[in-house]
Order: sequence, then C-alpha cells, then structure tokens
Amino acid sequence: MEKVFARTKGLTDKPFHYCPGCTHGIIHRLIAEVMCELDILDETIGVSSVGCTYNNYEYFACDMVQAAHGRAPAVATGIKRVHPDNMVFTYQGDGDLAAIGTAEIIHAAARGEKICTFFANNAVYGMTSGQMAPTTLLGQVTTTSPFGRDADLQGYPINVCEMLATLPGAVYLERVKVTDFKSIQQAKKAIRKAFRVQQQRLGFALVEILSTCPTNWGKSPAESLAWVDQVMVPQYPLGVFRGADLEVDA
Amino acid sequence: MAKVEFNEERCKGCGLCVPVCPKHIISLRRDRLNSKGFHPAGVEAMDQCIGCTFCAVICPDSVIEVYR
Repeated sequence: MEKVFARTKGLTDKPFHYCPGCTHGIIHRLIAEVMCELDILDETIGVSSVGCTYNNYEYFACDMVQAAHGRAPAVATGIKRVHPDNMVFTYQGDGDLAAIGTAEIIHAAARGEKICTFFANNAVYGMTSGQMAPTTLLGQVTTTSPFGRDADLQGYPINVCEMLATLPGAVYLERVKVTDFKSIQQAKKAIRKAFRVQQQRLGFALVEILSTCPTNWGKSPAESLAWVDQVMVPQYPLGVFRGADLEVDA
Repeated sequence: MAKVEFNEERCKGCGLCVPVCPKHIISLRRDRLNSKGFHPAGVEAMDQCIGCTFCAVICPDSVIEVYR
C-alpha cells in the first residue's frame, strides 16, 4: 500500500491550539500544502496577525513574522519591498482585518502590493470570547449583541471582497468555504492562484475563507459547518470578485 | 485494500470525520482517551475502508494518514 495522504511538510509538528472542529486547522493545512506543491516553502515569509491565529508562526514551516493588531498588510508591504523575490503572505481573521486593520488592508489593496492575504471570516471575535465583529450577520447572537445584531443599533456586516473589488490594485479576490471535500479543493485552488498571482507580480491577491467558531457560536463542529452553508453563504456569496479571467497556472 | 491511521494524541474528538465517511466506519472511540482527555476518532472495520481521503481532508488537525 502506498501512502496517499499525510500531514504536509509545510506544517511543523506542533499540535494546533485551536478548539476542536475549528476550521483554522484546515486553512493552515491548505496554505502549507500549496507552499510545498509550488516549492516555495524556503522563500516564503508569512505574517501572523492578532486573534486566534496570533501564534501561527509556530505552525507554518516557513519564515514568519508577528505583526501588531491589524497591521499585517503594512508589515508584509515592508517585507515584500525589501525582499521582492520572496513570497509574502498575511493570515488574518475578521476581527483583525475587518476591524482594527481596515485601513491597512484597503491601502495595501489600493497600492496593489504584490502580497497575498488569507482572510478567515467566522463572523465573530473568537479569541476574546465571542463578541460582535464587523462581519457579524444581522440577527446573529454574540456576547455583545445578546438579542441579535440589530442594523438600527449596530449597523451592517462588511463584505470585504465586494468592498475591495472597487480597487484596481486588487487583481485577484475570491471567497471560498471549507465545509466539505469539494469546497476544500476549491479553497486550495484559490490559495494556489493567489500565490501564482504574486509569483507573476500582478498585484494584490486576497482569498476570503468562510470559517467556523463552534465554541463561540455555541454549536457542534458539524452544526457549525452546516451554519456556514445555510446562513453565512447567503450573506457572503462565494465566487471570484476580481481576476476570474487571470491565466496564472503554469 | 486501503487503510487509515489515526494519530490519536493529536485528535480533539471534534467528529468532523464521522459523517463524511461514505462507508460509515468512523466513530469516536468511547473506550479510549488521549492525554488531552478527548475520545479520539477511529475505525474498527478497517477492511471496509476504500481510502477515499474524505476524512483526512476534513480533519482540522491533520490526524489522519491514508494508504491504498
């Protein structure tokens, strides 16, 4: 018998600290697998953000930097400009990217920085114990919206891909999910395309991955995946928002 | 012939691998505990495994290796 699936070399041996059933683990694995398949593990510099993924520099087997809250795209900009031949990515959650880091992500995209951003959106602040995020859905119950998010009081969720799609510097924007075998393959293709866009120096690439937070949603891991499919996808439609016709694959 | 191997120490018992198995042979092993205190997932009827990798792909903690 031949081994057809094994833990990727793009991850270190350290066990993830994430809660049981959290899809951060799937997203980490996909990024690591793509880095191995493109043979860029030795030349990639990742930027960790603040949130549940604050110490993912322990998990990726490439070089990593930890940025201040929301500033990962700014740190990545500096790294990429000093080391233009290295691959640079940021890994950010919605509390980091869509709240305190809104300015950084918009201007990195506007400048067309040659970096990739992987944006895990789970519609809640995970690490700080489930407060409302800018991406929280209308009606969604969180610890700071106990009666459900009310548009009159708390405004509307931010659709980051749609917002960035107005900027010419953002050449590739796609939203994916990781709730079943097929969608995980699609997510991996999107991550691969983002790295290929950077390799060809075409501009800024962002992949938004709809993610789960079973602990703070108060759901089982399996229920959480179903909630993404049934409730999150209508608010955050999947698809390519920029760069659908980019030919990047070698 | 195919088989899967579970690294039980890494498993957090989230159970995402259980419903995706087309042969319905994966379960959380109530008779076992790992050092974190979770009941790890496992397979008893390994002869029915077809090596489809569905369980390994959905696993957030890269617990599963697949052979075929």
